[in-house]
Amino acid sequence: MKHMGTSALLVLVLGGCSAMAPPQAWEKGALAKPEMSMGGDALEQRNAQHVYASKENASGGAGVGGGGCGCN
Amino acid sequence: MAMGGVQAVEPGQHAPAIDLPGPAAQVNLSQLQGKLVYLDFWASWCGPCRQSFPWMNEMQAKYGTRGLQVVGVNLDNKTEDATKFLAQVPARFAVGFDPQGDTARRYQLKGMPSSVLIGPDGKVIQVHIGFQADQRQALETVIVAALPAAR
Repeated sequence: MKHMGTSALLVLVLGGCSAMAPPQAWEKGALAKPEMSMGGDALEQRNAQHVYASKENASGGAGVGGGGCGCN
Repeated sequence: MAMGGVQAVEPGQHAPAIDLPGPAAQVNLSQLQGKLVYLDFWASWCGPCRQSFPWMNEMQAKYGTRGLQVVGVNLDNKTEDATKFLAQVPARFAVGFDPQGDTARRYQLKGMPSSVLIGPDGKVIQVHIGFQADQRQALETVIVAALPAAR
C-alpha cells in the first residue's frame, strides 16, 4: 500500500511543469522581468558573453561566421 | 458564437463586450455603436505596442471626425506600469485598464499587440496581430474603407 502511494506521487512529480498551462500572449510581461533572465546581472552576463566569444572565436562564438586560427 | 472565450474572435462575429475604467473615462464598447472602433490591446512591456501609439494617434486625429474611435486596452498586471508608459508615450485616444486580462481572454488574443476593427454594427471586420511599420498603409486602407461616413 505504501508503494502505491509512492508511485502515485512519482507519477504526479514526473509530469513536472507540463501540467501547467503556458503563459498566454498577454501574460508574457512576467517573462520580461529582469529576474526571469537565465543569467545573472547585466555585468555578469556581459562578462560571460565576452569569455565565451573569445574562447569560441574560431567557430564564430555566439554569432555567425568564424574563421581565425582554429586554436582554442 | 460559442459561449465564453474559448474561441478566437473572427470577422463577422459580434465583438465581445468591453467595459473598463480608464485614465480619462470609463470605456464601454456598447456605447460606441455607430462608430468604427479600432480596438488595440497593448502592454508597457511590448515593444511594437510602443511603436503603434504614434500611428494610432495619427489615425484618431485624421479620421476621428469621420466616425473612427481608437480604443487602447492595457493589459499590464500593474496599472502603474501603464501610467508610466502613458507619461512617456501619450495616447490621444480612449484607454481602458484591464489588469486581470479578462478582455484578452474573451478575445482569445494570439499575440501582442492585437487589434480588432469593429464596425458601426458592432461586428468584427478584421483581426490583426502585431504591428510593423510596413503594415500601416494596409491597416489604414481597411479603416478608410470601413468608415461610417464613407458608406
